[in-house]
Amino acid sequence: MAIRRAGAPTTTDIDMTPMIDVTFQLITFFLFIMNFSEAEQDDRIQLPLSQLAKPVEGLIEKPITLQLTNSGNVIYAGELVAVRDIGSYLEREKMAMRDSGREPNAATVIVRADGRAQAGEVQDIIRICQDKGFERFALRAQYDEGR
Amino acid sequence: MPRRQSSLPDKIAIDMTPMIDVVFQLISFFMFSLKVVSPEGDFDIRMPLAAAAAAAPDDQQVPPVRVKLSAAADGSLASITMNGNPLAGFDELHQQIMALVGTDTGPNSLAEKTEVEFDCDYSLKYANVVQAITAVSGRVRDGQIVELIRRIKFTPPKKPAG
Repeated sequence: MAIRRAGAPTTTDIDMTPMIDVTFQLITFFLFIMNFSEAEQDDRIQLPLSQLAKPVEGLIEKPITLQLTNSGNVIYAGELVAVRDIGSYLEREKMAMRDSGREPNAATVIVRADGRAQAGEVQDIIRICQDKGFERFALRAQYDEGR
Repeated sequence: MPRRQSSLPDKIAIDMTPMIDVVFQLISFFMFSLKVVSPEGDFDIRMPLAAAAAAAPDDQQVPPVRVKLSAAADGSLASITMNGNPLAGFDELHQQIMALVGTDTGPNSLAEKTEVEFDCDYSLKYANVVQAITAVSGRVRDGQIVELIRRIKFTPPKKPAG
């Protein structure tokens, strides 16, 4: 029986162009969708929903972000701190601000509190901030598109 | 003069493997570092400590609206009162605020001058406070936010005994 010889060449030239096109499209997509902002967001916080909480236009200049967890602790600069202890951290912030020629009343304190946390703890945080001279607060909520 | 013939082949085969390796590495990096961020917004509150003490009243000042939010034992909302009058829910609070300040929200309007003071039980879940702030701050009409009252403050926290 005669063996049929393949007429195909030993190497096949695959056209890589469409694959590279798609791959670069994917990279571009991920680049655009990626969040490069330095906004402090912690997955432990489940923000309350509000239909008026539309994303803010423009950045708040050098804000202080305090995140209150469900268990009543504050995440400050990635560290878990009890609510009553944030005073000393805020004092340090205040000193740093004064060194750079700013007053604490010009700074905004962003309060990212969990919706399940106690309202009194949020008020405690506000009161401690007020004692240190901070008076601008931004209560953060998640934008609710559903209603 | 004889022309020198090139010995190079017509088509140069470029080895694509390293480039494809790098590109796939990049894709993997972006895929794994992707974090879906939900849109967030702020309710701006200006609450200096000095203002907590009685400020000198002037003729232009409108008496603050006092909204009391009481908590049930599990931290859920038990009742809402506005200036002492019990309300059914946040929708009624919104309607009462609308009836009080009207639809004019421009400069020097009643909505701009009116201040709402929230008195919340310590153990109340914070989500209820945000809902109440939403009810007094505005509404969404045709996809646009119509602002109502922007001046919001809280009474000092009252920690329950024990």
